[in-house]
Parts: sequence; structure tokens; C-alpha cells
Amino acid sequence: MVRVSFTKNVQRHVSCPSRQVVGSTVAEVLRAVFETNETARGYVLDDQGALRRHMVVFVNGVAVRDRTNLSDRVPPDAEVFVMQALSGG
Amino acid sequence: MSDRIFVATRKGLFTVDRKGDGPDGWSVTRTTFLGDPVSIVFPDPRDGYVYAALHHGHFGIKLQRSPDGGTTWQQCAAPTFPKPPEDAEEIRCPNRGIVIPWNTELIWSLVGCGADQPGSLWCGTVPGGLFRSDDRGDSWRLIRSLWDEPKRKEWFGGGMDYPGIHSVCVDPRNSKRVTVGISCGGVWVTEDAGDSWTCRAEGMWAAYMPPDRKNDPNIQDPHCLAMCPADPDVVWCQHHNGVFRTTDGAVSWHDIPGALPSTFGFVVVAHPRDPQTAWFVPAIEDEKRIPVDGRFVVSRTSDGGKSFEVLRSGLPQAHAYDLVFRHAADVDATGARLAVGSTTGSLWVSESGGDGWCPISSNLPPVYCIRFAES
Repeated sequence: MVRVSFTKNVQRHVSCPSRQVVGSTVAEVLRAVFETNETARGYVLDDQGALRRHMVVFVNGVAVRDRTNLSDRVPPDAEVFVMQALSGG
Repeated sequence: MSDRIFVATRKGLFTVDRKGDGPDGWSVTRTTFLGDPVSIVFPDPRDGYVYAALHHGHFGIKLQRSPDGGTTWQQCAAPTFPKPPEDAEEIRCPNRGIVIPWNTELIWSLVGCGADQPGSLWCGTVPGGLFRSDDRGDSWRLIRSLWDEPKRKEWFGGGMDYPGIHSVCVDPRNSKRVTVGISCGGVWVTEDAGDSWTCRAEGMWAAYMPPDRKNDPNIQDPHCLAMCPADPDVVWCQHHNGVFRTTDGAVSWHDIPGALPSTFGFVVVAHPRDPQTAWFVPAIEDEKRIPVDGRFVVSRTSDGGKSFEVLRSGLPQAHAYDLVFRHAADVDATGARLAVGSTTGSLWVSESGGDGWCPISSNLPPVYCIRFAES
């Protein structure tokens, strides 16, 4: 199972508890999370489903490369962190 | 007269109420969304709802709605672009080559569709999409007739990376007639509630364009449009390089070169009842954007722009570097009460049509939008 955790900064706007989901790409993993938390989707992804400009997703400590289609592979048992980038501060 | 002002700022929404007599009787009575940028606030006079557009830098734009005048809030839907059709042409900024996204970057205007349509809203955005809701923000649809307008390919950002719709003026005589101002995309008018549009900026000119393009209506940079509700064919325009006015419903615009102490600024406020009167907050043009001589003033014309009074009473006259953004001033329905908010977080109120001003605060976050609440 992949564990997905969210920055505490988004938590004050929308509840995003850590979740364990199944998925082999970033897109699949986030889709699984947002299936039961639709409100959170708009805080992470833009109108076209791409990662928002100042958001970053880490998979086992490495920032994802494909910010548009979210096709980066996610290994089983990976730790995924969804965080805001300092560039937006 | 209105006794309440909503002030949207870089760090939250402030409710300012008139608790005592006189212009110094106003004070902040409530804070909402503290810490979050609020780009636009719209207190809807038709039903008492209040809307606040939040601009989370990281988390995108969100829209909040209050059914009780600002006491309680809930998040409603934000205008969201649909997926582009397969055959949609990728449009790039003609000046910089960057792709204009199908993504709402900022809510830059929010108004009611008309007194006869409670619950219906127009929303203008950066990158230039106009949206409509008919259910108080529960859902939105992109007005494709304007988004798919071929001339949009020539629009570009004015102060923003992308073009933006900052002014939406609904004709109170006819809700189907709507005038929108776009930086930089000129002025567009619909007579059929958005089914079709016409560019109407003849008479405006652009100092920032090469000579052979400067009169092109489609690339004008109106900073703010203000329609006189009592005479809706009169619309004032604070433009990037001057002041313009139309008296024929935007068919033609005429230059007002005598605006004092300068013709540059962002905001214009139209008197609700007198089509000859409007207020401006002038600054040194363009690259500096600070008050002339460090003296912060409001200017007023009462004769359609033939002459201007420079109003200083109660405003800082030494080393004052306040700038007032295009939504950061408002007048109430009587025309007597005005409020102005600035980039230094200062807020002033006048109860004399601008003859005298009272400082309400000088420590708010930078002010983005001010609106009187009217019943």
C-alpha cells in the first residue's frame, strides 16, 4: 500500500488525513485519495488536473517530474508527500 | 446610506461598520479568512449574500459564500475551466509566447447578473475567461462565445502574466447588456447575455504599443470601468495611459486629457446618480506608480471630465506612497459615502462625497477590493 500524506498548511483549509491507497503512478494514487475527498482535489490540482504551479509531490523523497500527467511511477509501499513549494511563499 | 464596508486584503477580509456618528465612527468589527489573500468581495444587494474570492498562492483560487451578510461562510464552487476540446488551438501570449492556460488563475471581478436575476452571477478571471453561475456559485459555466472569440489571440497580460477581466458592468435597464473590461483586451459588450460579443474601444489609444497599433481597440488596457447606474450609457474608464469616457454605451470613447494631477491610476468610481461625476486616485504614470510629489489625493470631476478638483483634506500630504488598486475604492448608493483602501494597508472614508476624508486604519494588509454593503 502507498501512504499519502499532506502538508499541514493545506489542512487548515481542508481535512486531508494521511491515507493508504493502491496505485502505481502519482495520478492513480491521487485519484484514489480524492475519490473520497473531492474538496481536496482543487487544492492540489488545477482545472486541468495538473499539479498546481506551487505544489510539489515527493515519492520516497524525490520530487515528481511529470507535473502535467502525473505519470511518475510509485513503488509499492512508497511514501508520498504532497506539499507546497517554497516558490509560492 | 450604507453603514458597512467589506475590505478584501492580502491577508483576509475585514468588515468595517459605522458604529458612531461621523466619518470617524467607522471601525473594524470582524475579521475573516485571516492570513489568506482575498482578491474580490461582493456583497449582493439582491439577497444579502456575500461572496469572497480567495487567492491561495499554492492551493489555487477558492470561492466562499455567506448567506447571512458575512457571519457564517461556506466554500462553494469556484469557476473552473473545462477540458479543452481536442481541436482547440493553443493560444499563446502574442508578446511573450507563453501559453494561455485553461485554468482560473485569479477571480478578478464578481457581480450580480441583474436585479431581475437574484442568485445569478458574472465572474471575470485571469486568464480572461468570463463565467456565469445561476445558483449562487454552486456551479459555473465558461462563456465560450467570449473565450472562443478569435481576437482573444491578440490579448495579453497587463500587470499579470495573462489577460484578465477586471470589470463587468451590467446595464440596470437590461440585464442582457453587459460591458466587460479586459487588461489587455479592450472593452467588450454583449446585448444578449453573452451569446455574442462586440469589441467597443474605439477612441482609446495605447501608449505602450507601436504607433501603427496604438489605436487597435482589441489591445487596449482599461484598468477599470465604472458605469453610472442612473445613466448606463455613461461609462468611465481609468486606462493605463489616461482617462476615457463614453456617453453612448461604449460605441465611442473620448479622451479626457485634463485629469489632475495626473491621468494615470487604477481605479475609477462612478457616482450612482450623477453621470457627470466620478472619482479617481491618480499617481505618477506607469513605471513609478506612486502619488505625485508624495501627496496622496483623490480627484473628482463633476462636469463629465471637463475639470477636476484635487481632494486632499484628511489624506496624507507628505511621503505618502500609497497606491489604490482597481477594485480598492467604492461609493455607496447615495453617492455621499466613499471608501478608499491602499497598498500600505490604509483605509479612508468620506461622508461628504470626497470633500473630506477620515483615516480608519493605516495598518491593514494591502487592500485589494472595497465594497459597500447595500440592502
